[in-house]
Amino acid sequence: MLRVEEVSCVRGGREVFTDLSLAVGAGESLLVRGPNGVGKSSLLRMIAGLLPCASGQVRFEGTLALADEHPALDAGQRLRDALALWSRVDGADDERIDGALSRFGLAPLVDVPVRMLSTGQRKRALLARTAASGANLWLLDEPGNGLDAASLSALGAEMDRHLSGGGAIVVASHLDLPHGFTRSIDLAKFAS
Amino acid sequence: MRGWWPFIARDLRLAWSGGGLWLPLVFLLLVASLYPFAVGPDARLLAATGGGMLWIAALLAALLPVERLIAPDAQAGVFDQLLVRGKSDEMIALAKMTAHWIGFGPPLMLAALPASALLKLDGGLVARLEIGLALGTPALAALGVLVAALTSGLRSAGALAGLLALPLAIPVLIFGAGALHPGSDAALKFLAAISLLLVAITPIAAGAAMRAARE
Repeated sequence: MLRVEEVSCVRGGREVFTDLSLAVGAGESLLVRGPNGVGKSSLLRMIAGLLPCASGQVRFEGTLALADEHPALDAGQRLRDALALWSRVDGADDERIDGALSRFGLAPLVDVPVRMLSTGQRKRALLARTAASGANLWLLDEPGNGLDAASLSALGAEMDRHLSGGGAIVVASHLDLPHGFTRSIDLAKFAS
Repeated sequence: MRGWWPFIARDLRLAWSGGGLWLPLVFLLLVASLYPFAVGPDARLLAATGGGMLWIAALLAALLPVERLIAPDAQAGVFDQLLVRGKSDEMIALAKMTAHWIGFGPPLMLAALPASALLKLDGGLVARLEIGLALGTPALAALGVLVAALTSGLRSAGALAGLLALPLAIPVLIFGAGALHPGSDAALKFLAAISLLLVAITPIAAGAAMRAARE
């Protein structure tokens, strides 16, 4: 589904990592590890097509969903309305988004304005959006940040569900997540 | 443009709740009510210069919301989310431009009516002003989105946006105000041409600016 071929990343004139190759197929999950600044987020943004590769290429077939530090939810809107914009763009029905919201324990909060939500609740909202997006490949950037134990296990269950449905996941995280990853790479080994 | 209406409607809703839709209206009416105090209540002088004054006010009103057109969405990751869903920067800029025009073009044309009355403009001149605004406001909306994209992420973006917009806005102003005189159909055609040009290049130029800002 996803092939990353001999990709290098240059940020601000500095080479962050070089000659990285990896492949993720349907039903597989990949954990990208490494200390801060090693290029985990940049790698996800390159896979998502938001950053150009300095060399090499990313081949990807299907649809993808990105959950990173930017919630992209309008702060003044109620959570339901803020998410409805994206479910309309995704063509997801209400049932799917309601299901994802209740699995992440957000059902009682749908009428609360986004700016009133805590960091963890916002994180859960954008994980729920990712889960409801119907995309084949999930790119999760530090999905465990700000989540409590119950939400972490909900996230693990959601990832297992996605893989059993033939999806694929690439996660950048320095936290341990309750999910048995198919594979993991240490990005520090590709640092130049 | 199919599939973009939820996004455009959302932009308009945000503009409405943030007071962005009222700002250009109030601004135009403020200028129109202050102008006679500054130049004196001579009806002939007001009628001769008022139309041009309203064009200047319309131009500045278009630049008022520049800081919230592109930068907040770029920072909140809204564009990232649209891009990973296969939308292009150019289409995002086009949607932004459409929403910005709907949010300020027609309201401005409405506000121009009481403003014209305050400046004692006669009926024929008001009609030509309205036709000019109908042709020129898309250009002003395009210009707003273009400079917003170019200055997105910079500090004191508003002041810089004004400086950037000025040279591109001068043709709109010349032909818009020039079209106020009777028998100035050529100016209207030039206004339409410059408007078409700005509307056509803005999605491409603003899209390129947004792509460059992301790296």
